[in-house]
Amino acid sequence: MSDSSAPVSPAPGPLELFIAFALISVYGFGGVLYWSRRMMVDERKWMTAEAFNEAYALCNFLPGPNIVNFSVVFGRQVGGTLGALVAFVGLLGPPFLLMTVFGLLYAHYGEIGALRRVLAGVAAAAAGLTISTSLKMAAPLFRERPGFAQILAVAAFLAVGILRWPLYWVLGVLIPCGIGMAWWQRR
Amino acid sequence: MNAGTLLTLAGYFALLSLFAIGGANAALPEMHRLAVEVMHWMSERQFADMFAIAQMTPGPNVIVVTLIGYHVAGLAGALVATLAMCGPTCLFAFFLGRVWDRFKDAPWRVAVQAALVPISIGLLGASAAVVANAAARSELAVALTALTALVTYAVKLNPLWIFAGAALLGLAGLI
Repeated sequence: MSDSSAPVSPAPGPLELFIAFALISVYGFGGVLYWSRRMMVDERKWMTAEAFNEAYALCNFLPGPNIVNFSVVFGRQVGGTLGALVAFVGLLGPPFLLMTVFGLLYAHYGEIGALRRVLAGVAAAAAGLTISTSLKMAAPLFRERPGFAQILAVAAFLAVGILRWPLYWVLGVLIPCGIGMAWWQRR
Repeated sequence: MNAGTLLTLAGYFALLSLFAIGGANAALPEMHRLAVEVMHWMSERQFADMFAIAQMTPGPNVIVVTLIGYHVAGLAGALVATLAMCGPTCLFAFFLGRVWDRFKDAPWRVAVQAALVPISIGLLGASAAVVANAAARSELAVALTALTALVTYAVKLNPLWIFAGAALLGLAGLI
């Protein structure tokens, strides 16, 4: 555990910030959260564990790619607008370049037998990994006392994953219902 | 490729990002619906391939949109899709970051969070269902998906090993 009273290092400059987020991105296999926490809190000591959790809570609360949101929140905290921009580009730049190269290769060689077979295997494994990740996230929820939370989760899963209804309609119904129920149960 | 396609990509991913609750993967089913079923930009198999490539590549999960954008409209498409998916919510984050602490214990925030967390869990499960369905090209592929799910649920294993094994099985023509 990190000591919350440990002094935090001085704020990084734009270059340091860029390098840090580029490294997080390159290390970050199947989940960047672990690496960003390690870099920000444990290695560089740019923020305390509490400050990290607080910033991360905001990014989870906001829609969209949460780690990208995090780069902007943290970058702004330590380096203003330039900091936010630099962290954003650092995080997305390397995978963007990689993806563009892979996109080009896929367009040219994607239909070649050997590559098709390799991708068939990896796609099946990647799907399995996604299933286990979602089960791990769901497990604590279903250990709680049954209530509206489980109904919301199951409804979202069935409507979007099985019935394949458009996300906008599903969320347009579930979010107001969920907030209403939470508000009502609060008392 | 034309300006109309780029505009579609931009508008679509910008809108989609606002509905990606709890992370980019929550939006996968909707990406699949648009790219495969509505716009017919790619086949089911190509979608599964792109998801697989994105998972094998280090970096945030959202990066699959770069690949989809590239497939649809080349380099410009990749750039437009990526910026559209990340831009709007990043602007939110930029401006909300300042005032966020004030709302830490606000009752409305607690209620919103209580609703969004279970929905995001359900959406992640939905993404898994959509991706698993797209990857299910044969009975052995289904078996490999199930096996990977079981093994990675039970033991902590570097996903790289799993991908390497799956790639070999695929190369051998077993999947």
